Order: sequence, then C-alpha cells, then structure tokens
Amino acid sequence: MEGLISLAVKAIFVENLALSFFLGMCTFIAVSKKISTALGLGISVMVVQAITVPANNLLLNYLLKPGALAWAGFPDVDLTFLGLISYIGVIAAMVQILEMVLDKYFPPLYNALGIFLPLITVNCAILGGSLFMVERDYNFAEAATYGLSSGFGWALAITAMAGVREKLKYSDIPDGLQGLGITFITAGLMAMAFMSFSGVKL
Amino acid sequence: MSQTKKEMLVDPLVDNNPITLQVLGICSALAVTSSLQVSFVMALAVTFVTSFSSFFISCLRNQIPGSIRIIVQMVIIASLVILVDQVLKAYAFEISKTLSVFVGLIITNCIVMGRAEAFAMKNPPVASFIDGMGNGMGYGLILLLVGFIRELFGAGSLFGITILETVNNGGWYVPNGMLLLPPSAFFIIGLIIWAFRTWKPNQVEEREYKIQQVEAH
Repeated sequence: MEGLISLAVKAIFVENLALSFFLGMCTFIAVSKKISTALGLGISVMVVQAITVPANNLLLNYLLKPGALAWAGFPDVDLTFLGLISYIGVIAAMVQILEMVLDKYFPPLYNALGIFLPLITVNCAILGGSLFMVERDYNFAEAATYGLSSGFGWALAITAMAGVREKLKYSDIPDGLQGLGITFITAGLMAMAFMSFSGVKL
Repeated sequence: MSQTKKEMLVDPLVDNNPITLQVLGICSALAVTSSLQVSFVMALAVTFVTSFSSFFISCLRNQIPGSIRIIVQMVIIASLVILVDQVLKAYAFEISKTLSVFVGLIITNCIVMGRAEAFAMKNPPVASFIDGMGNGMGYGLILLLVGFIRELFGAGSLFGITILETVNNGGWYVPNGMLLLPPSAFFIIGLIIWAFRTWKPNQVEEREYKIQQVEAH
C-alpha cells in the first residue's frame, strides 16, 4: 500500500507527464487558453488514462509478453513487437467506447467533455503512460495507480497553465514573443518549479 | 497544384515550420534534444515515418472510408513506427535505450497525423511524399538546433566529441548544467520562435488584448 501511495505522489509531482516528460504538449499548448476548457480536457485525460493503462497492462501480461500465451497452448510465442500497434488500438477503442457510454448514460458529462474525447486518442500522454508502464514493468495494481495519478498530474499541469495564461494576456509582451513564444517560456518556468519536487524523498 | 515540388520541400523549413508555426509534434521535440546524436536519430526517424506514411495513406486515399479513416491512418503509422523501432533496436541499441518511449510516441506525434489528414488524404502519392518529407525536415531542423545548443553549452561537446573542454576535465569551460535539464528545452524553443518571428514578422500572432495607446499631449 505504501508503495502505491509513493508511486502515486511520484507520478503526480516528480514525474509529471506534462512538465517533466513533455507528453501531451500539443494539446497542452493548444487548449490551455481558458481554465474551464483546460479543466474539462484534464479530467477527460485522467479518466481515459485511468482506464487504458490497466487495460494495456492486462493485454501485455496475458497476450504479448514472451510466454504469456501459455494459457492458449503457445508457451514460446513472443508478441512484444506488436506492442505499439495493440496499445494504440486499445486507446482508440477505449476512447470510442467511453464516448458512447457517456453519451448514453451521462449526457451532461458528455456534453461537457464531448469535443475533447476524440482529441485524446492522439494525446501522447495517454500512449506515453502505457509505454512507461511497459518499460517499468508495473503489475496490475501499480498500473492502475500509475494511470490514475499520472492523469491527475497532467490535469493539474494544464489547469495551472491555463490559469497563468488567462492573466498573461493582459501583459505587454514583445511582438515576436506574443502567443506561442511566451507560452513556451511560461511552461519552462513551470517545469522548473515542478523540478523542485524531485528533491522529495519517498 | 500551384506549388512546385521544390517549394513544397522547402516551405515547411522556415515559412511554415511544423513546430514554430503549426504547433505540432512538440512533445518529442522537447524531450529527446539533450544530445545532438539522439536528436539526429529522432529527426531521421520522424522524417522517414512522415514521408512514407503520407505516401501510403495517399495511395489508399480513395479506398479509405471516411468514418474509420483515423484508425486506418493509425495502423499505417504504427506499422512504420514498429519498423523504425525494430531497426533501431537491432543496429543502434544504445540510442534506442536513450529514446526509450519516444520512438513509440512518433505514432501520436501530431505532425504525422496532421500531414496525413491535411495533405495526404487530398493529394497524389508523390506530392504527399514530398510534403511529408518537408515537414519531417522542418521538424528535424528545430530538433537539431535545440540539440546543438543544449549539447554544446550544456556538456561542451557535439556528437559526443568534446568541443569546449570542461572544468571537470581540466579545461576552461564551466558547463551550464541547466541546459541538460528538461525545462531548458522550453526556453530554447521559445527563443527560437521569437527569433523566427522577428525574422518573418507575418508569423506574429494577433494580440487578444491590446493595451490602450494614449495620445501624447
């Protein structure tokens, strides 16, 4: 249990997907102009991440790993090279299913998140989360914790960024730096602030 | 087709750069640029994937049904990325270790999808191939620029060969350790964008909010 909590804290702050691995940057920069939209997108990422990372963990352990197909009578088969294509397939499918489920059972939530859901398939943070899970060899419980907390970390980062940008538009910035340029520099400063968490010993 | 092939190749380098203007594919641009060698391999991999995925998607563009086109594009891109990943693992294992998940993340690199969606679905194969290559090169250019600055001033070397002898090895150059850390990539790209936009003022974004100019008395 303690291990899981420290994993969660680490995934949220120390190894924040957006600010220390730069995953999901395209959407991070593009959709962080207003707090409300940023929050909506952040929550959708968190939900999708919390579902897909454990799902891909099961896929890896029962289908792809060397010897994982032993239950089906193929103990020598190693399908790890199909990893990338299966993970992205799972992600695309999950996003589609989530969209349909939300549409049917939670219409208000669907209306709030609807526009962001298709964007999430191509958000690197989602695929990145699954790939980190594979690389670090998490078990199922760790994968579930990692998925939820890394998604939360991403949501936190984009909301904070949107907060800064809402104030930033009133400041007098040199012409060439306007928009994209200053956004990058702001993100850099935020990443530096988040780096101070790396001193936290767990 | 009004653009010539050469223009299509050169245009994305500066005038319509995928990173500084279209804001695509920034994730990996930031994460893999701490050394020039790794940036070079990454630039090469992305150019390869972008140009060939555009080519194949354009070949199939009349057969792909509109409703499932994203999944078809994904499959083509993912197959090419697996190819790159396997080649890297076989011939450049060290680099493939450093790149870790970022090779896989080429799949979700918005440049690849963006070009497939915006160009390859509407244009013939050869033109799409060139467009993909141009955009891959525009991306690579920024990657190399950032990698150059970060490795030269952060570690005093280029491609792992020492250029500026660092203090630790008895030289004179005190390396700027911050440049090896992730946030510096944001600053460098921010400054590159500033430089590009000062050079090409038509890329400057409109202000959302203007400070009122008061007439002097």
